[in-house]
Amino acid sequence: MAIIAQKHKEEQQFTKLKVITKEKLTQKSFKVNILDFLVEKAFLVFGLIAVFILCLLLYFLIREGSTALSEVGLMEFLTTTRWYPSSTASQGAGYGALPFIISSFMVTIGALIIAIPWGIFTAIYIAEIAPKRVREILKPTIEILAIFPSVVLGFIALVILSPLIANLFNLSNGLTALTASLILSVMALPTIISISEDSIKSIPKDYREAAYALGASRWETIKTITVPAAKSGIVAGIMLGFGRAVGETMTVLMAAGNAIDMPLKEFFGIVVPNFLTSVRTLTANIAIEGSDVAWGSLHYSSLFVTAIILFIITFVVNLIADLLISRQRSKLGNE
Amino acid sequence: MNKKITEKIWFSICGFFAFLTVAALGLLLFSIIREGASVLSWSFVTQPPRKNMTEGGIWPALVGTFYVASLTVLISVPVGIGAAIYLNEYAKQGVIVRVIRLSIRNLAGVPSIVYGLFGLAIFAATLKLGTGLLTAAITLGIMVLPWVITASEEALKSVPISFREGGLALGATKWQTIRQLVLPSAIPGMATGSILGLARAAGETAPIILTGAAYFLPQLPSSLMDGFMALPYHLYILATQHAQATAVRPIAYGTALVLILLVILLNSFAIVLRNYYRQKNELL
Repeated sequence: MAIIAQKHKEEQQFTKLKVITKEKLTQKSFKVNILDFLVEKAFLVFGLIAVFILCLLLYFLIREGSTALSEVGLMEFLTTTRWYPSSTASQGAGYGALPFIISSFMVTIGALIIAIPWGIFTAIYIAEIAPKRVREILKPTIEILAIFPSVVLGFIALVILSPLIANLFNLSNGLTALTASLILSVMALPTIISISEDSIKSIPKDYREAAYALGASRWETIKTITVPAAKSGIVAGIMLGFGRAVGETMTVLMAAGNAIDMPLKEFFGIVVPNFLTSVRTLTANIAIEGSDVAWGSLHYSSLFVTAIILFIITFVVNLIADLLISRQRSKLGNE
Repeated sequence: MNKKITEKIWFSICGFFAFLTVAALGLLLFSIIREGASVLSWSFVTQPPRKNMTEGGIWPALVGTFYVASLTVLISVPVGIGAAIYLNEYAKQGVIVRVIRLSIRNLAGVPSIVYGLFGLAIFAATLKLGTGLLTAAITLGIMVLPWVITASEEALKSVPISFREGGLALGATKWQTIRQLVLPSAIPGMATGSILGLARAAGETAPIILTGAAYFLPQLPSSLMDGFMALPYHLYILATQHAQATAVRPIAYGTALVLILLVILLNSFAIVLRNYYRQKNELL
């Protein structure tokens, strides 16, 4: 009996204790919950900063560009070829950004023509063929190429590549679209290689094993199974490489010569791009004229219009790359 | 047999292009080291340029780069870590997160020169900060923000979920768990991201051309509003804007070599740090 009474007493005490603890806990956690709630909201503000900055960027590009957009009109920027933005109307001002747009595309596409096969074959080699030891050399190589300051690449193009080009094509000046394309291809390379390699590697092993089981050789497997399956990822890598190259400033500024002219020539009656002439890209033009333009002038405003054009080009290209990467992911996820 | 030969040919082609990548890097490094090493000396690093930059060293440019890159990190890292904590610890999948992620990816794709123009318009012209250290650092800070967020998020992701469960099971609140358990073990990863951001800011040229880099300054900047010299801009000036471009070429090579060494050193340090803590984390 004594034992039962003892136990009953203990149980009562225990229940009491539980109630007290529970009360204390809820009290405490109530306070802390408010703190937790506030902390979460504070971090939400941090999270939204990127959205805020993007909106601010768009707002300022459009606000500063609106003067030129309303006074000159977008069509003059996109379709005419005379760029004299610091002259007054009576002196024959011109706001034709077409030479810059064409030059930007030309130099970038030229770079991609070199970088696409180079990058894809290298990515295949790293992902599928290379022995481990070779991969250990290739990986840091690509990392160092990716961090190479663009101004140093521009410098190399200026002092080493351009004399070479001048000699090779008998030009008085080697600062041409071709020089810029060559050096830009080196810049686009790390992006193309790493994204392509990632997507080739992400192809499940079963794909390859199935191909081997059917008697395919390693190369046949790569050519007909692995690479086609990784296609959207590889194209995304190319698009990102395009975005990087079209937005690159210092290398083209130093390598392309910066003459404002339509980089076209007639070849048997057909207009073709002329890679052996000096060109000025959208980015280089902003860098050259932006540092000494009078703030608030029409010239200043017109530079923002070219920045908007540049923003739209990179936005569209990155959006496509994004869609391709998510398509690749969902495709592999579903199968 | 035929199959074997085709395979050999294609494998050699792939190998050739891979070799070409290594060769391109080798050639770049070799050409800079060959010409730059003869200029490099203690006095080159510690002396200011003299005689219209045809003699002397790069001291103000080195210090200017250090100033602007450090300020950039001071601005971008707290914001970047905050955003990463929200995305990795608090946010639930939904419209807000999708919009945030889309904005981050978008910001990462904006050309650097557009950031320069943006910085000029908002900080220099509208907020009347003028062109100088502060304007350049905020502009660069905004530019490297997407990378800092991504790196910090990676660091948070690598902290095992059991840390959070353990904290919550002991009765700690979410914020206590994050502050006392998750953050301390994510800090090395975040430090790695910050150093990578520092390296990026040190090598970047286009935005600072418009926001505050100076052609030549006889003394170091004394306030945040002052213009500054920076290694990459100095190299650009020596290579293209100087009247005696060939006379200053050796100094340009030396500047390029110092810049490359700086960026590679910072990156190697970040990688070593990352590997060290990754191994340590795996042991846990």
